[in-house]
Amino acid sequence: MIVKRNELTWFERLYLPALIGGLKVTSRHFLNTLTTKTPVTQQYPEEPTKVLPGYRGAPYLVRDQDGATKCVSCQLCEFVCPPKAIRITPPGPTGKPADRTNAEKMPEEFEINMLRCIFCGLCQEVCPEEAIFLKSDFSLTGLARSEMIYDKEKLLALGGTHPGIQKWKHKLDEAKEQETFPVKV
Amino acid sequence: MAWLDSLSPQTQFVFFTLLKIACVLGPLLTLVAYAVLAERKVSALIQDRVGPNRVNLPLIGSIPVLGPFLTKLGFWHPLVDGVKSFIKEDFTPAHVRKIYFWLAPAISLVPAFLVIAVIPFGSTLGAQKMVIADLNVGILYTFGIVSLGVYGIVLAGYAANSKFPFLGGIRASAQMISYEIAMGMSVIPVFLVVGDLNLGKIIEHQAQNGWNVLPIFGGGFSAQSLLLIPCGVISFLIFFISALAETNRLPFDMAESESELVSGYHTEYSSMKFGMFFIGEYANMFAGAAMMTTLFLGGWTLPFLGLDVAPADGEWWKGLLHIGIFMAKMLGFMFTFIWIRWMLPRFRYDQLMDLGWRRMIPLALANIILTAAVLALTNR
Ligand code: SF4
Ligand code: SF4
Repeated sequence: MIVKRNELTWFERLYLPALIGGLKVTSRHFLNTLTTKTPVTQQYPEEPTKVLPGYRGAPYLVRDQDGATKCVSCQLCEFVCPPKAIRITPPGPTGKPADRTNAEKMPEEFEINMLRCIFCGLCQEVCPEEAIFLKSDFSLTGLARSEMIYDKEKLLALGGTHPGIQKWKHKLDEAKEQETFPVKV
Repeated sequence: MAWLDSLSPQTQFVFFTLLKIACVLGPLLTLVAYAVLAERKVSALIQDRVGPNRVNLPLIGSIPVLGPFLTKLGFWHPLVDGVKSFIKEDFTPAHVRKIYFWLAPAISLVPAFLVIAVIPFGSTLGAQKMVIADLNVGILYTFGIVSLGVYGIVLAGYAANSKFPFLGGIRASAQMISYEIAMGMSVIPVFLVVGDLNLGKIIEHQAQNGWNVLPIFGGGFSAQSLLLIPCGVISFLIFFISALAETNRLPFDMAESESELVSGYHTEYSSMKFGMFFIGEYANMFAGAAMMTTLFLGGWTLPFLGLDVAPADGEWWKGLLHIGIFMAKMLGFMFTFIWIRWMLPRFRYDQLMDLGWRRMIPLALANIILTAAVLALTNR
């Protein structure tokens, strides 16, 4: 598109119309803000920010409805994490068994370094168990770097329960159903 | 006050001068601090924001209505800003030219204060004239001092030894030199009309013959005062625009222009050295506002209620009122400065020079001739 540039008239070149227009706009805003008291500023710590759905805040681990750890320590998220913020210690052959049925294992330790995390959401994307979610927390603070490495306990506590699907639940039901072998008509 | 009368006249003079210096510098620095706050608040209001409203002092903050109100007003921010700029690390980069680096902030600060010395900020209090130095060459002195102000900026740009400050310094020198010419020429009509360089005399003249910017205001209608209106308005406008340029205010803040030159000439400065540039800039604005008040708006006078003559003996309240009038006019100018800053975008550099050399200097010259012609025709 070609924008036609009109020659300025001599009056416009005096700079006065622009000046008067500017004076009008600024004084209108000045008086409006002064009298009707509706500034656009959000006074942050007093007025909490509204976090919209889909916001990518801090990644936390979640439990299922039965309070069991959902993570199965598959380490996919550790692998995919671009800044390598996640460090998982798997239980090994002698470790604690998973606290839910139909899961082979659960992580012995699960750490996310919130200083490294870039809140990209890839861990949530990649997790086959829907065990890790980016929640709405955005202001993470600590007095030391070590405080910013969140361990499994903390992540689970902060994540809470995720009342979503329990992926293996119906598999279990299916398996049980198969044992009784009902004849479906 | 018997001990005062027992002193010799010279000692009395020294005593009162020192007293006046203290009484001017203290409020001036306070005003500078609050001008910064005003700048922030006005900009906030113009941009539909809230502005500084956080600092709360322990004791005063707990007074029911007043404390929260002052906090909301940002009243304590200048205090905290001052403390902050003192306790911040004063970092001197390794590559700077040390002597000039240290010298520049002082040089940019001092001229602004020196200008204030000749401004009559009130009529009289008791037997004392409310001006620190009642010079007969008041305006010449002012122009001499004001032109020193550019050295601070140029030196800062040179001393920093890096490109952005250097560019800022170069711009500032070219800009201030060009606009000083226009500024100097714009006051010549005032001299022509008044016939004196003493700022006190200029105010006296305006009290009798009307304000220089609008001679019918206070001077009554006569052929001369009517004909002098365009002259007064033109020289006032040129002076005002040049004052904006001289104090490096938007739309002429070429030396700083933070969107192009990081922070211009004071990019490498921190802590109180930066603070001194800051104070210098605002003190310069006050000096400019005071000059405009004195030269064009009749200084401490108002052309009604008998406020245009120096108070008689014992009318000390009138003396105070005169100081108040002067302050009100000056603060009005300050508000305009601030307002303009948040209204106009920065000029391009060539436009700035074009405006200075090809518009304002010829206009100022023409205005001198016009004024002279009017004065000659109306027989003075
Ligand atoms: S959000 Fe991204 S950076 Fe943060 S832990 Fe998950 S994968 Fe790593
Ligand atoms: S959070 Fe998900 S992806 Fe990461 S180890 Fe656990 S199950 Fe695997």
